[in-house]
Amino acid sequence: MELLIKGGKLVDPSNKQNSVKDIYIKDGLIKSVGKDLGETLKKGINAIDAKGLIVAPGFVDLHTHLREPGREDEETIATGTRAAAKGGFTSICCMPNTNPVVDNKSVVDFIKEKARSEGIVKVFPVGAITKGLNGRELAEMADLADAGVVGFSDDGESVMDSRLMRRALEYSKMFDLPLMVHSEDKNLTRDGQINEGYWSTALGLKGMPSQAEEIMVARDISLLSLTGGRIHIAHTSASESVDIIRKAKNDGLKVTCEATPHHLTLNDEYLRNFDTSGKVNPPLRSKKDIEALIEALADGTIDVVATDHAPHTLSEKEKEFDLAPFGVIGLETAFSVLFTELVKKKLLSFSGLIEALSTKPASIIGVKSGIKEGSPADLTVIDEKRKFKVEDFISKSSNSPFKGRELEGKVIYTIVDGKVVFEE
Amino acid sequence: MSLSVTNLLSIKDLTNDDINLVLDTAKYFEEISKRAIKKVPTLRGKTIVNLFLEPSTRTRISFELAAKRLSADVVNISSDSSAIKKGESLKDTAKTLTAMGIDIIVMRHSFAGSSELLAKWTDARIINAGDGAHEHPTQALLDLYTVREKLKKIENLHIGIVGDVAHSRVARSNIFAFKKMGAKISVIAPPTLVPPEFESLGVNIRYNFDEVIPEIDVIYLLRLQLERQTESFFPSIGEYARLFCLNKERLKMAKENVVIMHPGPINRDIEISGDITEMPESIITQQVASGIAVRMAVLYLLAGGGLVSGAVD
Repeated sequence: MELLIKGGKLVDPSNKQNSVKDIYIKDGLIKSVGKDLGETLKKGINAIDAKGLIVAPGFVDLHTHLREPGREDEETIATGTRAAAKGGFTSICCMPNTNPVVDNKSVVDFIKEKARSEGIVKVFPVGAITKGLNGRELAEMADLADAGVVGFSDDGESVMDSRLMRRALEYSKMFDLPLMVHSEDKNLTRDGQINEGYWSTALGLKGMPSQAEEIMVARDISLLSLTGGRIHIAHTSASESVDIIRKAKNDGLKVTCEATPHHLTLNDEYLRNFDTSGKVNPPLRSKKDIEALIEALADGTIDVVATDHAPHTLSEKEKEFDLAPFGVIGLETAFSVLFTELVKKKLLSFSGLIEALSTKPASIIGVKSGIKEGSPADLTVIDEKRKFKVEDFISKSSNSPFKGRELEGKVIYTIVDGKVVFEE
Repeated sequence: MSLSVTNLLSIKDLTNDDINLVLDTAKYFEEISKRAIKKVPTLRGKTIVNLFLEPSTRTRISFELAAKRLSADVVNISSDSSAIKKGESLKDTAKTLTAMGIDIIVMRHSFAGSSELLAKWTDARIINAGDGAHEHPTQALLDLYTVREKLKKIENLHIGIVGDVAHSRVARSNIFAFKKMGAKISVIAPPTLVPPEFESLGVNIRYNFDEVIPEIDVIYLLRLQLERQTESFFPSIGEYARLFCLNKERLKMAKENVVIMHPGPINRDIEISGDITEMPESIITQQVASGIAVRMAVLYLLAGGGLVSGAVD
């Protein structure tokens, strides 16, 4: 299988790529990168005309919910990976809060087999920290590590017991895998619906203060300094969290973190009409938090962008606000939202966005990434100038806060192991 | 003259002109409740559904009487005796009612934003009769009306709202309403029941009732939900009452022309001591009477208002 990507502008700072070159792919690998490769290759080769387009390393999402097994009505590995491909993601990590929970090898094997047979992008399962996400007993991490998980997380739940979190951190050191923590003090956020602030007050909705995240981020990092190990903080949303993470990094602690496109662009005023499309945990926060997040993404305090793609059916979301589940989808819109709201507004560089979407997440889970000879041909081809309206979704669910938005910058091709898995 | 809104979901949506229109219209309808035959044909042939998915006595009866005095057909639905208990969604309830040709739905619901949600699925006019801790617009309108009738003005009055402001839809609607009409508002409660964000709604926060009572023209008492004690918002009802109950001693410190209001139902000796509920300063019963007139006005204006023959005779 051969493929030639002709005339695209390569953007891959990690491999010092920032100019127009061709890429020749054979048997799933990048065989050569250079100018006018077409001349030296035989005629009739499968080719993509990437003139005027950008070619970046394939995007890697560290935080997705594929809902299979258990909630195939919301999403499946088949539909979720197709949504990922549309968004330019060549690799995704799926979170363990499925039913059954990914707390043992058999569920990991199930997911990997489904991904192999029905998925179209690379799927890397994340294992649970505690059995059944119960927050009381450690999951069999060695079993999970053997099965091939790329990290551990109780996402959705928080490990409230600090003693147990300590054990989890210590134990995980054996595998050199990160704990991808959902940092939330569940007592402070009990019954909470949206960010605690002006809007929760005016709307009569119970608020979830940003301190609930701050406290647990501080706790998790503090334990990290005691035990060693690796922590990756999921969906960072509060400016206070950013400050703590920045200091921890300056102190040399092994902490990385992510922010989602919705937290980077939408504030809690979005909820003024009780639109459950904006109901998410952690909640959409204030303008001040957004500013801190963007600044942190630009200076590297926030390492990566992750979607926290969380599909829910229409009936579930079309309920009274308190009764609707938390979560928004995001695989299909992640790049375009951030390109439109951050890059075009000069709040983030284009290469910075690409790194946060591909190179950096790949390095956190140890996945090969980059446009260089010998690397797997996982590539995303982008048209910066394409304008479109967010309307239809490939995902089984459509609970997106960006529905109806006009965006700029679109993924045109997604290539996994040299195969085109998405074409606009 | 008509309202700038097609549904009455929140005070926030109303303009000052809207509010004045409701209050002026209520004045016409007030007289009807004093007649021997308390009926006008204004809304004859209109169908009004009271969809009360949270218990209520006074509001529901008030709406029912208001609708009946306007000659409308009224159907009362409560959650106990309806398919909602079987798990029917709000969306399906809305669609079912719409299919039956309902003109106005008056809904009370335990969750904030429910009437906004209902509005998505029906063309019927909607009146929010209380949605969780969010708003209770007709309560605020009747409170404005009662104050205006008694004190002849609203602008520059100092309103003191006492009690569980954090969880109160009545407090929110009243804050929005009285502020729009130019009053000054203080909220008086322990700090656990009045989060600092309330200041951004334009009110003063005070924790000491005795200190602020001499400055207030309208003492507005909120019902204390006794369950809040188990959630540690205050250590005991006794301590709450000691600090915030309106009793004779506190009333002595108040202004001479102070008025006392309460949306009901009252917890005697917790919000107000039993021996002053009947005192002349209390306009609590006037609130109830105003409620019917104001609700008649709201039903009339939402159903189309205008100068319909026989509307007000």
